[in-house]
Amino acid sequence: MLEGSTAIAFYIIAFVVILSAIAVVTLKNIFHAALFLVLTLFAVAALYILLSAEFLAAVQVLIYVGAISILMIFAVMLTAQLTNYNIKQTNEQSLPALLISICFVAVTIFAIATNHKLGGFPLAESTEVAGSNTAHLGQLLMRDFILPFEVVSVLLLAALIGAIVIAKRDK
Amino acid sequence: MQVGLVHFLSLAAILFGIGLYGVLTRRNAIGILMCIELMFNAVNINFITFAKFITPEKLTGQVFAVFVIVIAAAEATVGLAIVILIYRNFKDVFIDRMNIMKW
Repeated sequence: MLEGSTAIAFYIIAFVVILSAIAVVTLKNIFHAALFLVLTLFAVAALYILLSAEFLAAVQVLIYVGAISILMIFAVMLTAQLTNYNIKQTNEQSLPALLISICFVAVTIFAIATNHKLGGFPLAESTEVAGSNTAHLGQLLMRDFILPFEVVSVLLLAALIGAIVIAKRDK
Repeated sequence: MQVGLVHFLSLAAILFGIGLYGVLTRRNAIGILMCIELMFNAVNINFITFAKFITPEKLTGQVFAVFVIVIAAAEATVGLAIVILIYRNFKDVFIDRMNIMKW
């Protein structure tokens, strides 16, 4: 359980996350949506710090905010007709999609709350983490999870080569 | 005022729902990729929440979150390369006009 000022911080961050995520999906200007995506990712990094995952917060800022959103903004600038506001950005399925999303969220939250009330989550006694857990995370990655770690590096290499081959101009 | 597991999981569910709505309604392919990133982030919040509140001494959830981030990066690079290629061939990134894969 988080109490006091961390709880207030959680509510502020949750507010920022939800509002900026709604801006990402609804704004007509795709460039502004990309900028709000940066804000959402930053707020999620702040959530990771509340959850005592400092290393992941740093990784989130480096990879998501630093790399992926810059990639998105580059792609937007290479493709979209930014000045033309008359282009419709949503398809005709707004209402069914809204219904589906609201139903999904309602059912999920109901399931989480019920499960919590019935004691379905095996909560730990204490969630206090002494100091930084980055060293422990590194040991886990290099010891218990060494095979997935290597596989994922091969996957990254494959994605890199694949992206170059796909985007390469044919002669 | 106490904030626990349920609050974080609910926030992640809401974020996932917003991303789902975006994926279903956006016409711009880059917009859809951005909404998929939102959904990846919701999943990551779930992993790290479980790591903190259920197994605070093990950190397995955080390791999984690292892998999710790597796979999201790979997905973004390949997806954006495909979008750039489509734009070069059709001068368009609106996916409801992309029907050449349909028979």
